[in-house]
Amino acid sequence: MAIKCGVFKTTYEGDEAIWQTKVSRFWIALLIVALIAFPFIFQGSRYLLYVANSVLIAVIAAIGLNILTGFTGQISLGHGAFMGVGAYASGYFMTHLGMPFIACVVAAGCVTAMVGMIFGIPSLRLKGLYLAIATLAAQVILEFVFVRWRNVTGGSQGMLVPPANIGGFSFNGDFKFYFLALAFTILAVMIAKNIVRTKPGRAFMAIRDRYISAEIIGVPLFQYKLISFGISSFYAGVAGSLWAHYIGIITPEHFNVMVSIQYLSMVIIGGLGSIYGSIMGAVFMTLLPEGLRLASGLFSKQYPVLVNIFGAIRESVFGLVIILFLIFEPDGLAARWKTIKNYWKLWPFSY
Amino acid sequence: MESVMQSLISGIVVGSIYALIALGFVLIYKSTAVINFAQGELLMFGAYLCLTLVVAFKIPFWVAFFTTLLAAALLGFLLERLFLRPMIGEPAISIIMLTIGLASLLQGMIHVTWGSETMVYPVIFPTEPLRFGGIVVSQVYLYSVFFAVLCLVLFNLFFRYSSSGIAMRAVANDQQAAQSMGISIKKIFAIAWAIAAVVAAVGGILIGNINGVNTSLSGFGLKVFPAVILGGLDSIPGAILGGFIIGLLEALSGIYLDPIFEGGSKEVVPFVVLVVVLMIKPYGLFGTEEIEKI
Repeated sequence: MAIKCGVFKTTYEGDEAIWQTKVSRFWIALLIVALIAFPFIFQGSRYLLYVANSVLIAVIAAIGLNILTGFTGQISLGHGAFMGVGAYASGYFMTHLGMPFIACVVAAGCVTAMVGMIFGIPSLRLKGLYLAIATLAAQVILEFVFVRWRNVTGGSQGMLVPPANIGGFSFNGDFKFYFLALAFTILAVMIAKNIVRTKPGRAFMAIRDRYISAEIIGVPLFQYKLISFGISSFYAGVAGSLWAHYIGIITPEHFNVMVSIQYLSMVIIGGLGSIYGSIMGAVFMTLLPEGLRLASGLFSKQYPVLVNIFGAIRESVFGLVIILFLIFEPDGLAARWKTIKNYWKLWPFSY
Repeated sequence: MESVMQSLISGIVVGSIYALIALGFVLIYKSTAVINFAQGELLMFGAYLCLTLVVAFKIPFWVAFFTTLLAAALLGFLLERLFLRPMIGEPAISIIMLTIGLASLLQGMIHVTWGSETMVYPVIFPTEPLRFGGIVVSQVYLYSVFFAVLCLVLFNLFFRYSSSGIAMRAVANDQQAAQSMGISIKKIFAIAWAIAAVVAAVGGILIGNINGVNTSLSGFGLKVFPAVILGGLDSIPGAILGGFIIGLLEALSGIYLDPIFEGGSKEVVPFVVLVVVLMIKPYGLFGTEEIEKI
């Protein structure tokens, strides 16, 4: 069970394979076992389970954004609002139409994909920063709809959403929900990993790298950009739907522009164009505020004067971490991970 | 009718401040190709600093005003040197993210320094409103439009006649060509950030005099996006016009749409108009179209 120390691929299939070696398969299996064992070990701590659930949902949404921003190169500042569309749609389908949970999730994903594709239409003509601002417009417009369309969304009072329920088994509470979220996350990762190595995935990357060349070699730009918006929003919708059924009450503040920015930072800090990167970014960016909260809790006992401004200090540290990351590790956590792995591949003869 | 005129006037006033902030925005974009999400925080910094100098240190307003501008220039310069320069050559999205991080950092630090309560400027401009045939305009408004226009004119002259201004235009036009003519790009970048911070500080002081100063001021940073994009990211006249258009649009939607939507349409209408304009003119009203070749 040694790690391979070089590239020994002789076929395209081998190069494209997800399971490159038996060792990697072993480690992934171990990781999944650990993830399943996690809630049993920390069953007593609701807080830890809550954090874990937030991480899992964030992973799904971050992967979605990475498909759009990292793989297709279209910057989106509206991901938070798309999550909101999924959350409200799912809640509405369950409470008003009485649809079962699984159908709700899928339908919410589809509705969000539709909305995302509508707001993706400007991408036909807009590029780069102009598109980023157009998606910011989507964020603002959708937020307005969440607040004002009271019959459906409940306005600023929020909307009550019943917990997830499959075949009579209710996933209420942090412990039970964890397994649901884990299942969805694993599914999301697997699907994303496969999307990016199929024809659409390659088309996305071609558009990202040089859209004119892509068009010349026969990639229909508009179609694939829309597909990318659709897939990305579908992920956001599913994540939003899970979030809604987990939290139980959703209000427009859950999906404001800060959320969109946070997802963008996850994708960038994790590594653009890397599925593992978005997982790492989501984990990091969800744990960072929690860690800061923990630290501020510790300090506030010793320096009670600081309690009032800890929120502000947290915000500064948050900003500072993003800045330092971008300056010192511009390719993201995924690149750093790769460097570490490559170093150990040939260790101790690294030349 | 009078109330409509009244809101139109306040729309023009707000628009003039948008135009100012948009100017700083375009300036940075034009010379360094960076979209600055921290513009609202720079504005907030200026508003708070000037207020503190006037209230806590009892410095006369005009002295405080110019001290603030100096401090803002320094801050802009520092930000460029510390955070933006290492990012030269990185993809646009990373730099956007960096300015978002910068916004968060500045917001937190301003919050730590000045707290979160609304502070009010002491009376600086004469309070007696002027009347123009039944329409009442407070003098603060007039001063604020006056300053905004003054700044805009000054910067236009700066770009046309001063050697730094010409150098900045050259860099914006073609970095490589400018560099080979002996223009220091690093210096230009620093100047661009300093000027943008100064312009934002002026906007902050003006809006602080009208509305009071609190942390929600940074929201102006986001509101300016429609103005900038509407006019075209790299067009200074466009930014100015965009600022006034957005200000007026907000005022008009406040009158005609708020009764229908029960308020809040002010925030959305500029963005809706923005999307529509972009669909027709993808580079805004006056932005230069990028022609890409392989």
